[in-house]
Amino acid sequence: MTQKMHIKLTVNGEDKEFLAEPRELLIYALRENLNITGPHVGCETSHCGACTVTLNGKSVKSCTMFVAQANGAEITTIEGLGTPDSLHVLQEAFKEHHGLQCGFCTPGMITRASKLLEENPTPTEEEVRFGMAGNICRCTGYQNIVKSILAAANELNASKEAAQ
Amino acid sequence: MIPAAFEYHRPTNMDDVIAILTKHGDDARVMAGGHSLIPMMKLRMAEVPHLIDLQDIGGLQDITIDGRRVTLGAMVTQHELVNHQALANVAPILRETALQIADPQVRYMGTVGGNVANGDPGNDMPGLMQCLDAQINLVGPDGARSVAARDYYEAAYMTTREDDEVLVSVSFDAPKGGYAYEKQKRKIGDYATAAAAVTITKDGGTVASASIAMTNLSDVPVWSETACDALIGTDCNADALKASVEAMLGDIDPTEDNRGPVAFKRHVAGVILKRAITRAWDRA
Repeated sequence: MTQKMHIKLTVNGEDKEFLAEPRELLIYALRENLNITGPHVGCETSHCGACTVTLNGKSVKSCTMFVAQANGAEITTIEGLGTPDSLHVLQEAFKEHHGLQCGFCTPGMITRASKLLEENPTPTEEEVRFGMAGNICRCTGYQNIVKSILAAANELNASKEAAQ
Repeated sequence: MIPAAFEYHRPTNMDDVIAILTKHGDDARVMAGGHSLIPMMKLRMAEVPHLIDLQDIGGLQDITIDGRRVTLGAMVTQHELVNHQALANVAPILRETALQIADPQVRYMGTVGGNVANGDPGNDMPGLMQCLDAQINLVGPDGARSVAARDYYEAAYMTTREDDEVLVSVSFDAPKGGYAYEKQKRKIGDYATAAAAVTITKDGGTVASASIAMTNLSDVPVWSETACDALIGTDCNADALKASVEAMLGDIDPTEDNRGPVAFKRHVAGVILKRAITRAWDRA
């Protein structure tokens, strides 16, 4: 065991400080040090995307990053996107269009999709499928996930137009 | 999965990186995006007592385009290769290749430098760099030097880079004419069963020059000069394609693994090269 490091993160707008070994994976730092349990440990081998968070504006798999690398970073998890009382547009769309069954992959799916729509607000179905290719779902067959993301894109664009 | 313990270094200049490498020798390794090294450390196939994170070193994130000369800093990510419009204008084969690497999340972190330096036969950038006749730029305690990508790879995970040297950038002349990066993989995120990087220039109706490199079909990337020679002077007709594929098959040495037996890999290599040449010729 090596000496613990002093780690500072900004998670969902809140400053967090804690001690951790540099080898601790970011996903475990979030879940076990900070009790932020939205991002899930799925495959733990950077394939499934259940642990996806937004880190300094990038969608990253938090199982493939040491907490030491993330030191100083700004992180958004599913907890930072919406709340049970005030769902994010993507959460509402997943609910409406049955974009989940067991729900295990959903935090990673929605966190990734939020970044995808930020970079490309009007994606085609093909672009959604390509942009979501780092997230695996074992229930839905993806059809309704794609439908949910396209519906959320329409909703976001409609409210943007209405605001103008 | 918990890797072996390590001391974490995040220096802010290259002199400090070299000093840590010199001090700790084999026990120290640099890390760019970490998307090859971290999985290896988690599996405990790599043990790195001193891990040097390059994220705070200035100048490694730059894409420099000077006329046709392109230099990519070691920390340029695959995501940046995909989204950099000026690079896509001058050398679109970089975007075409990067889009076929891994998945979106991995492309945000995975870097050119890591992909080139790692020496994994499955990485796509080494073959592309050989196709482009790139120079690999290193710095070490004795200063800077450049090595041709075609001379860089010795065996799987073995390159001409010394343990106390750091790969800082790659540079190449943007290819003229047509290009293609064609890759067969089992699923998104997989390494290639076979991949081919091809550039072709046309003079009148015939091939003036060609460059062909293959990925994951030997323990190093394979630049096949004989496959290029088989195309030059032809109009890329069926016989020329067949001769080029035959020549390439003489240069590769695939091994059986979970992507298939040797005969299958040789078959796929031929299909992929034919497609890549055809697309590059159409674009020439």
